Amino acid sequence: MRALSKIYTILIYVILYAPIAVMILFSFNSINSTGIFAGFSLHWYQELMKDAATLTALKNTLILAVLSSLISCVIATAAAVGLSKMQNRMLRSAVETLTDIPMMNPDIVTGISMMLLFVFVGMRLGLSSSLSFVTVLIAHITFNLPYVYLSVMPKIRQMDTHLTEAAMDLGCTPFQAFLKVELPAIFPGVLSGLIMAFTLSLDDFVISYFTTGSGFETLPIRIYSMTKKRVTPDMYALSTLIFLAVLILLILSNVAQRDGKKKKK
Amino acid sequence: MKTKSYMARIMAAPHILWAILFIAAPMLFVLYYSFTDASGAFSTENLRLLLDAKYLTIFLRSMAFALVATVICLLVAYPLAYAISRATPRAQKVYMMLIMLPMWMNFLIRTYSIMAILEDNGFLNTILNSLGIPSVHIINTSAAVIFGMIYNYLPYMVLPIYTVLSRLDVRLLEASADLGCTPAQTFTRVVMPLSRSGVVSGVTMVFVPSVSTFYISQKLGGAKYDLIGDSIERQFQSAYNYNLGAAMSLVLMVIILISMAIMNRYSDGEGGLVA
Repeated sequence: MRALSKIYTILIYVILYAPIAVMILFSFNSINSTGIFAGFSLHWYQELMKDAATLTALKNTLILAVLSSLISCVIATAAAVGLSKMQNRMLRSAVETLTDIPMMNPDIVTGISMMLLFVFVGMRLGLSSSLSFVTVLIAHITFNLPYVYLSVMPKIRQMDTHLTEAAMDLGCTPFQAFLKVELPAIFPGVLSGLIMAFTLSLDDFVISYFTTGSGFETLPIRIYSMTKKRVTPDMYALSTLIFLAVLILLILSNVAQRDGKKKKK
Repeated sequence: MKTKSYMARIMAAPHILWAILFIAAPMLFVLYYSFTDASGAFSTENLRLLLDAKYLTIFLRSMAFALVATVICLLVAYPLAYAISRATPRAQKVYMMLIMLPMWMNFLIRTYSIMAILEDNGFLNTILNSLGIPSVHIINTSAAVIFGMIYNYLPYMVLPIYTVLSRLDVRLLEASADLGCTPAQTFTRVVMPLSRSGVVSGVTMVFVPSVSTFYISQKLGGAKYDLIGDSIERQFQSAYNYNLGAAMSLVLMVIILISMAIMNRYSDGEGGLVA
């Protein structure tokens, strides 16, 4: 029984990683093929470095992810703190239901619904093209809100409200109490919300695809337009690099967590 | 007390305003476009059009594909999540990291890579041929599309099931064995009912993206298996019939709301999902 479950587990992992292994292998292909491996070369990595459009898309993706995660983090954290202090439970649950919609809805519906809004408003304003960097930024902030809110809220529930009151008794203004007492207490939640938002924004294709204008191409959109034609192995090279970056980040954060735990002991 | 609630309002205001402008308003625009024609006049023509055989087929096919993919995901993920949850804590962490890691690859690339493997002269057939086995034809079949869905969304099923199974109190299993249950009975009577909430959220997390996906069937199914997502995408990016596209999205949302309502009944109700 144990052997069987081991074989089963290994089999699943092999299937899960086969496409990734193939991608990494063919990124080192010496010929232009994603089916036949002719020999090892770094040719496609060199091609990638020369591809200005892809590098611009990479830069755009990073700018978008940084801005949208920071802005959504500020808005949603403030709201979570603010709403938790209000007596009005109806308002709070109404806001929470509304915030959750982008998380529940399929990406394609979120994308087209925002596109309809932008196009409609753009038409009324008489703009020649209503989709741009600003619209895709708005869209990313919007779909990040529920994730930040949901990672901050549990920390606020765990927080001791007496601490805030004590701070104000000792002469803090409400704003000072927020900065000095509440924010440090909920910071782990804020940080994990920020990281979550950043990665979601980095990886998003569907919503960007419907809300971006012709002038602003993100990496997933660039990949999409390239896979419409035949893909050359330089896309594989790019994905391999991204994959390695993520792997290193994950290992580092795991090691950091372990070290942190050891120190606490 | 008064300044406190005043500040709370100021802090919550930007979020509330944002949610109204960019979450609620877009939903209203979906409704508005669904029930108007190109000139902006009220019309139910878009929704009537969706009852045509052409669109009805697309909707039924999407639901069927997503249902098959979800069921297979569940059957594959449950034993896997169970096996992982029985491992040592350290091994559990590594196993789960390895499950989530592929999610960090862009799904377009993952799908494209599957295509490169399954193609008639792709990697799989190259290997099969070198072993003296004749080529298999998988690409551009419904099986390839469903495989693409399973591959892309399997981690969404494993994660919630693993989460509930790893929190399962081992003493319950021992108690059940002490009281005379065979391992199989313990599994069906104790483990399965207790993991129901994980199954329900896994099913939702796989079904929703599967039923609404576009791209997967374009790449792995050729042009033969049009799904709702592909059809919506076409209305917005090439056919420019926003009204029809909005109506399709509206129906898609209703389908998902109904399936979520059905799933929620199983998550808390007395009736057994697995019974």
